[in-house]
Amino acid sequence: MSTHSHAEGHLPHEPEKATLEGRNKVLGFWLFLGGETVLFGTLFSAFLALRHQVLDGPQPSELFKLSLVAAATAILLTSSLTSVFAIQALHNHNVKALINWLIVTVVLGLGFLGLEIYEFYHYVHEGHGFTTSAFSSSFYTLVGFHGAHVAFGIFWISSIIGQLMKKGLTVVTAPKVYVAGMYWHFIDVVWVFIFTVVYLMGKVV
Amino acid sequence: MAQGHAVKRYSGLMDWLTTVDHKKIGILYLIAGGFFFLVGGLEALLIRIQLWKPLNDFVSADTYNELITMHGTTMIFLAAMPMLFALMNAVVPLQIGARDVAFPFVNALGFWTFFFGAVLLNVSWFTSTGAPAAGWTAYAPLSGPAFSTGHGMDYYVLGLQIAGIGTLIGGINFLVTIINMRAPGMTFMRMPLFTWTSFITSALILFAFPALAVGLAALMFDRVFDANFFDPNNGGNAVLWEHIFWIFGHPEVYILILPAFGVISEVISTFSRKRLFGYSSMVFATILIGFLGFMVWAHHMFTTGLGPVANALFSIATMLIAVPTGIKIFNWIFTMWGGSIKFTSANLYAVGFIPTFVMGGVTGVMLAAAPADFQYHDTYFVVAHFHYVIVGGLILGIFSGLHYWWPKMFGRILNETLGKWTFWIFYIGFHLTFFIQHFLGLLGMPRRIWTYLDGLGFNEMNLISTIGAIMMGIGTIMFILNVVITNAKPQNAADDPWEDGRTLEWTIPSPPPEYNFKQTPLVRGYDAYWKEKMDGHKGMTPAEPIGSIHMPSPSILPFTMSLGLFITGFGLMYSRDWTFITEHIGFYVAGLGLLITFGSMFLRSVYDDHGFHIEPEELEDKGVKA
Repeated sequence: MSTHSHAEGHLPHEPEKATLEGRNKVLGFWLFLGGETVLFGTLFSAFLALRHQVLDGPQPSELFKLSLVAAATAILLTSSLTSVFAIQALHNHNVKALINWLIVTVVLGLGFLGLEIYEFYHYVHEGHGFTTSAFSSSFYTLVGFHGAHVAFGIFWISSIIGQLMKKGLTVVTAPKVYVAGMYWHFIDVVWVFIFTVVYLMGKVV
Repeated sequence: MAQGHAVKRYSGLMDWLTTVDHKKIGILYLIAGGFFFLVGGLEALLIRIQLWKPLNDFVSADTYNELITMHGTTMIFLAAMPMLFALMNAVVPLQIGARDVAFPFVNALGFWTFFFGAVLLNVSWFTSTGAPAAGWTAYAPLSGPAFSTGHGMDYYVLGLQIAGIGTLIGGINFLVTIINMRAPGMTFMRMPLFTWTSFITSALILFAFPALAVGLAALMFDRVFDANFFDPNNGGNAVLWEHIFWIFGHPEVYILILPAFGVISEVISTFSRKRLFGYSSMVFATILIGFLGFMVWAHHMFTTGLGPVANALFSIATMLIAVPTGIKIFNWIFTMWGGSIKFTSANLYAVGFIPTFVMGGVTGVMLAAAPADFQYHDTYFVVAHFHYVIVGGLILGIFSGLHYWWPKMFGRILNETLGKWTFWIFYIGFHLTFFIQHFLGLLGMPRRIWTYLDGLGFNEMNLISTIGAIMMGIGTIMFILNVVITNAKPQNAADDPWEDGRTLEWTIPSPPPEYNFKQTPLVRGYDAYWKEKMDGHKGMTPAEPIGSIHMPSPSILPFTMSLGLFITGFGLMYSRDWTFITEHIGFYVAGLGLLITFGSMFLRSVYDDHGFHIEPEELEDKGVKA
């Protein structure tokens, strides 16, 4: 059950779950995502409670540009798809394809983050600063927490790409890839809720 | 298989700073939690000295506010939680027949983040603006920048945030450990009840602490970055804080009490020499309490004005919790019924727990009746109630567990005579302190007041309460004395020092070797060790041949990761004040701290821990040196 006993040569069918360490990691990460769900749930609750307190700042309906947000959404959802391709490559033991798909995922993540930074910069110029109102504080906290998760994911997956290049696909690196993939899906799902609750509802009411 | 990796073995202080052994981490939790228990106890004594007579001026009103805030915060987060984690770390892996927890590194990280958060919070005492003073519940807008000027509440939000991270990852670690690391045959419905309650407590931690993290982050943003979450002048909502705090805070009280239920179940069963009565109903009741614990947070807010419908629903949900709790009480009594009971110190605490906790539960149901609660709210009746469940429940449970598992943790049995004396003094002192407070509350004495006028009929009862508190203080000192005396004795506890051990931890040496089990045991039923005893076997049937054992390497990174967070907390707090060298130097300090933390995480990710192997010829029964 040692982590490095299969390190060279033949890799088991699902290398991410081949060792007890790997199985622990995957289960622990599922549980962690359960906690993250509560974290974002609380942030959403705070936003929903405060989103009508706009005060003198711009109304969400005049502030949000859906075209920009839709583009960001499309980019992030596509990155979720490419991370699935990466996991498929992992299961096919195809290291080259795995690394390439992870690079595509990171690049798409960077694109999303760039759009979000531009969006925030634009809002501040419109008079929608962090301290403007309870609406603005809760908006930046919710969307910013998500953005920080994306940024962390980019650094994390980049570091895993580096490890894959150096160490190859082993029963040690495979759980890392798998768990990072779970993380990436999770922040995508959170974004779907942000798109609905923050932007679409902001446009309607 | 064994590739003979060289492993650094540390000794002395470095050993404790780098350890990833759950037994040593348990001891670290016990030392740190015990220290903060003394700090919180000292704060309690100062509160009681201030209140012993009317119009006393022993401490100032401001200092009093700091004392009650820090007493509550310290006792809940820095004393009770870590002492529970101490028992969980020391016992749970042994009870399920595991060599270690699922994530030994994360286990160490959990301890160090808790420790640095706790230190950060208490540093506030030594600053010019003093300790937090907005109550342990930190209600907005009192806790906001407008009314809590100075840095006291900054220490609260940042210290608890960092300590909370440690608790959260500790919870995840125990969940995975219990799900994945059980020995062959240790099915869920054969797990000892302490393991079960630790499991449910960990699940509650997982789903409750992130809410606190968000609440603290939002309050921190309000205070440090001028956000408007809880400031009604800028559209914020003060009631939102109450909701966020209590949706964490109510599960928190079940996080605290469930492991104590587990301890009581183990101790009563062992010292009655009987199988725990109604084991499966105990498990079911534990799960039900955990579930209902999330449904009742607004009973802390009956007088906030949520309306009769909300109050009625939360009232009923709260009363429902009395049902599974009652099941547990009867099961403990039926376990003792017809048993051959030995009143050891551990069992005295456990048996003393039952009536005390029932009293706390009864006042709980009284408080759950929303219309009546309008009378009790913010009076000493509430103070009496929650001290009955937390001190009379949790602390008695912890003392019971410490006496019970002390030989397993340290290889020495605590002095029984002194232990019994300690129990009686602490127990009588406890009831003297808090029983009378029910009546103070019913007479109308409000909680959290600095002093009271003469002639209100409060004088004698407050004096009695203070005398009781001093007795509890003497009891605590006697316990420490017992620890010191015991520590001077030879380390000669038997594997099964109580001779009636029922569970797996009593099948291995006291204290256990670092790999716990030379051979993973095969579990053939509930009360695994007792079953083997009854079948005439000397020990467990091994589930594997003797072989080399893989162990994780020690690491300093958990320490540095937590140190980074500590530095970040400081930097954020003083971002506005520190203007030497350049503006906003605090933010650079915070950035440096995050760099240390994330840098350590990067190192952990990039450099694989191959661990090391203990070969069969090295396997001998050497224990944790403590």
